[in-house]
Amino acid sequence: MENLDQLVQDAVSAFAGASDGAQLEQAKAGFLGKSGSLTERLKGLGKLPADERKQVGAEINRAKTAIEAALDARREALREAHLFEQLAAEALDVSLPGRGLHQGGLHPVSRTLERIETLFRSVGFIVADGPEIETDWHNFTALNTPENHPARSMHDTFYIQGRDDVLLRTHTSPVQIRSMLAHVERHVGDGAMPDIRLIAPGRVYRVDSDATHSPMFHQIEGLWVGEDVSFADLKGVIADFLRKFFESDDLQVRFRPSFFPFTEPSAEIDVAFMSGALKGRWLEIAGCGLVHPNVMRFGGVDPERYSGFAFGMGLDRLTMLRYGINDLRLFFEGDLRFLSQFR
Amino acid sequence: MQFSEKWLRTFVDPQLDSEALGHALTMAGLEVEEARPAAPAFSGVVVGQIVRADKHPGADKLKVCTVDAGQDALLQIVCGAPNAATGMKVPLALVGASLPGFEIKAARLRGVESYGMLCSARELGLSDDHGGLLELPAEAAVGSDVRDLLALDDTLFTIKLTPNRADCLSLAGVAREVAALTSAPLHLPVCEPVKPQIDDRREIVLEAPHACPRYCGRILRKLNAAATTPDWMRQRLERSGIRSISALVDVTNYVMLELGQPLHVFDDSKLVGAVRVRLARAGETLLLLNEQTVAATADTVLIADDARALALGGVMGGEDSSVTLATTDVFLESAFFAPAAIAGRARAYGFASDASHRFERGVDFALPAQAIERATRLILDICGGVCGPVVEAVSNTNLPTRPPVALRPARARRLLGIDLDDTAMASLLARVGLAVERDGESFRVTPPSFRFDIEIEEDLVEEIVRLHGYDEIPTLPPRGRLAMLARSDAGRSVWDVRRMLVARDYQEVINYAFVDEAWERDFCAATDPIRLANPIASHMSVMRSSLIPGLVASMAANRKRQQSRVRLFEIGRCFERKSDGGPVAGYHQPVRLAALASGAALAEQWGADGRGVDFFDVKADLEALFEPGQLSFEVLAHPALHPGRAAAVILHGRHIGIIGELHPVWVQRYELGVAPVVIEVELELVLQGAVPAYGEVSRYPIVARDLALIVESSISAARLLDTLRKGASGIVKSIALFDVYHGKGIDPDKKSLAFRVLMQDTQRTLEDAEVDAAVAAIVSHAEASLGARLRG
Repeated sequence: MENLDQLVQDAVSAFAGASDGAQLEQAKAGFLGKSGSLTERLKGLGKLPADERKQVGAEINRAKTAIEAALDARREALREAHLFEQLAAEALDVSLPGRGLHQGGLHPVSRTLERIETLFRSVGFIVADGPEIETDWHNFTALNTPENHPARSMHDTFYIQGRDDVLLRTHTSPVQIRSMLAHVERHVGDGAMPDIRLIAPGRVYRVDSDATHSPMFHQIEGLWVGEDVSFADLKGVIADFLRKFFESDDLQVRFRPSFFPFTEPSAEIDVAFMSGALKGRWLEIAGCGLVHPNVMRFGGVDPERYSGFAFGMGLDRLTMLRYGINDLRLFFEGDLRFLSQFR
Repeated sequence: MQFSEKWLRTFVDPQLDSEALGHALTMAGLEVEEARPAAPAFSGVVVGQIVRADKHPGADKLKVCTVDAGQDALLQIVCGAPNAATGMKVPLALVGASLPGFEIKAARLRGVESYGMLCSARELGLSDDHGGLLELPAEAAVGSDVRDLLALDDTLFTIKLTPNRADCLSLAGVAREVAALTSAPLHLPVCEPVKPQIDDRREIVLEAPHACPRYCGRILRKLNAAATTPDWMRQRLERSGIRSISALVDVTNYVMLELGQPLHVFDDSKLVGAVRVRLARAGETLLLLNEQTVAATADTVLIADDARALALGGVMGGEDSSVTLATTDVFLESAFFAPAAIAGRARAYGFASDASHRFERGVDFALPAQAIERATRLILDICGGVCGPVVEAVSNTNLPTRPPVALRPARARRLLGIDLDDTAMASLLARVGLAVERDGESFRVTPPSFRFDIEIEEDLVEEIVRLHGYDEIPTLPPRGRLAMLARSDAGRSVWDVRRMLVARDYQEVINYAFVDEAWERDFCAATDPIRLANPIASHMSVMRSSLIPGLVASMAANRKRQQSRVRLFEIGRCFERKSDGGPVAGYHQPVRLAALASGAALAEQWGADGRGVDFFDVKADLEALFEPGQLSFEVLAHPALHPGRAAAVILHGRHIGIIGELHPVWVQRYELGVAPVVIEVELELVLQGAVPAYGEVSRYPIVARDLALIVESSISAARLLDTLRKGASGIVKSIALFDVYHGKGIDPDKKSLAFRVLMQDTQRTLEDAEVDAAVAAIVSHAEASLGARLRG
């Protein structure tokens, strides 16, 4: 039955020659249609002797199966080719940018403050706040700086017109007084007062303006008052903070005697980096000390029973050191070309 | 305070180099701000004497000098200085010398050989004086090194003294400190009493003994006030940053620097009768040495005589009684003024003086008698003349006292967190001149007269740690009783809010809290803003009552820098007068959040139509900040905003802020180009969210019906929606606006609003009839209330 094998061969090549569904159906009709060559063979079976009919019938059926399989395979191939063409036509330029709103950005000082708040919260400091128009009493007197104290000349103060007892706070330290008074009132009659542990960031004001001084700038105050708080604890908190903030374990931190009316003993804190543009130079970064007993008393806290430390850091300065910014005024000019670099 | 290291080392000479000495001072709280050489490095410069100065044969302005440099042969040197003259001793840079910036070689100048250079002060880097050769003293040894002669190998220290350390405002004070820190021996100047040669004296009357409890005075006569100040004194003054003026003034300044005692010399011939130390009388004025006339306030202490006021005591002398080069008789003052009587006075008159700087911080009240002897000796040595006896007026009851201070060593250890034994503490205190006695568990510590900063136990604790070294305190990790910090479920943090705005493409700015008064007037209609008494500039003179003007100014500045799309926000305090106000009576200081958007709605990009941002874009940003809270909006008249495009922001019935397009008048006046949309709300209310409330999720299908209603144009969408909701039955879950239509098919004074009504029950599937009834109820309520009708 060589001619049957030939028929299958012919069908396979006819299907392969069809380039779309219509041509394939046409080619199919030539073999499997009403007058297709295989159909003709089947019709011819009746003329064969009975003893041959069974065998020839089986062979024809085998050929039919083979032709049908070839037909399915070709249909599938054509379908795939069609899909492929369609997908190719739908292809995008994936390199085009995404559409829609972009992101804005935080101010670099905010970005710095958010990190600082996170660091201090992680050891149990809360974030406190205070007014910026402040009384002379909170800003100076209660911080052990009576009128005419020479330390007042360290702060060139903006006063509110018509009021000699109201000013723009020159530092965040008045928050110490407000927080101590509130804390004591909250725990009056409790026997033991829980520790006060807070930071107070915010804007402060001094009559001063050049590349390193702005009439408005930011400080961050810290305060920890408890039954057994020592200078060693102060050193521990500050050193830990500075190394975490600058992400530098080999940062050098130095405490040097200084004077503030509201702390005693007082210290200036200097840092020195071990690498980078500022390598090896001592940079003044904060003032700190144990809370002066007069300040404790103004805050309603018994300095014989409790002790505490306070610190004040320049938030703008920390930001400048962190990012290598050299002009403080850039922070307050709202220039998008500068600000958008801190996204 | 600036001083010469060489001068300091005449009192105390520790085995430390300049750098180590500076470090020791800094680490003891006397911060060295600067340590610079007295002169730049140079070498090979010796004392030369001009033995002949001849005209240069080929140049009018040059001279050919023959110079003795102490060598075997004389040197021929060509020199252009106008003052080069025979016999003069000048600095001579020998061949091979190295000067700041150049080296000296043998040269031929206009045909004449020259073997070296005669130098001006500027050529040696000593000053800017280039008028001629630097003339050296006649007694200078020819050939000796000029650096040694002029003591140029010196360091000028500038220390930044804190207000508590007035005792270190002198060489003697710094020397005391260095001796305590290094244990090097201390040699302070001796102030031997000078025997009076005449008996002339002036009575001294302390009429304000609380302000001036000790006053020493003496008359000196037959002085030559025009005498030259010796070079060594002039040099020490100059290296302390004080210009030499005249012998008498120089001596007073010198003794003040040396011992710390401010002194004053009066021209004795101008004085009448007794010297009276008293408070100023009403209307008294005085012309001071700085040519300023002050009207003395009643709390000012004056030095006066029987006729008139002479000087502001402890602050500055008067012009009329001051000494001149012709003065022959002086009255020398050495007094103690109480810090409280001096503090702030000079500042109130608008100046500062070395004397007031010291007295307001505290000058040793035992010092006047010694200092007057020291000054007398120096004046007589320099100006000649004779002196009368020292007259001292003193009010012992008004002198400061130095009561002993108790120190509990155990408390010091606890406060510092160090392990230092009692004996070590006592010996540290003794080193700085404190008298220490044991008193049971404590010490009784008596401070010396020169320390004004030791009154309580903490002052002693500070002394101990300062001398022991801050580096010796251990660095301990924080210890405390742990308690978790609160974190509200309802609220959001200011950081959440900032990040939300950042995600909506706003850039944060920080603007000054003091602004131009015009901004307050224009944008806030504030006619009486909170003004600063002493603003730094007129455009920073009033406190802002709104953040919006600052954002508008930032927008304008950025547009000038070619940024056409500007989206900003700020979170900060605003300031308003208010009778109750909060923490500071009279002032309300709310923290507000404001944002501004201008330019294209989306940053320039492909596939975006580039339309400008509008009211509703920004309104969506505002609403997102409060979600799931529901804001409502009411028409608002606001001076900053377009009257038809402004709204009050309402939350829970309370006015909490504003939104709107900037008024076109301000767009034009502030040259903005396009009108920005701005919002400003109270931050406190943005932070207040709500704890989510759970409601059952229905398993039954939602039925949606759309309805379009025609209403008068003047009826707001919010009012219609509100009316629809009032007419809705319990099965109505939501009614949402999805289209607004004006135009063809609708009356010109009407509009069509389309709503989707969603209905659902939690217990069963709704039937068509009840759905129809619910919608009909909504429509009929709107018809009855607002005259709405269904669009056919």
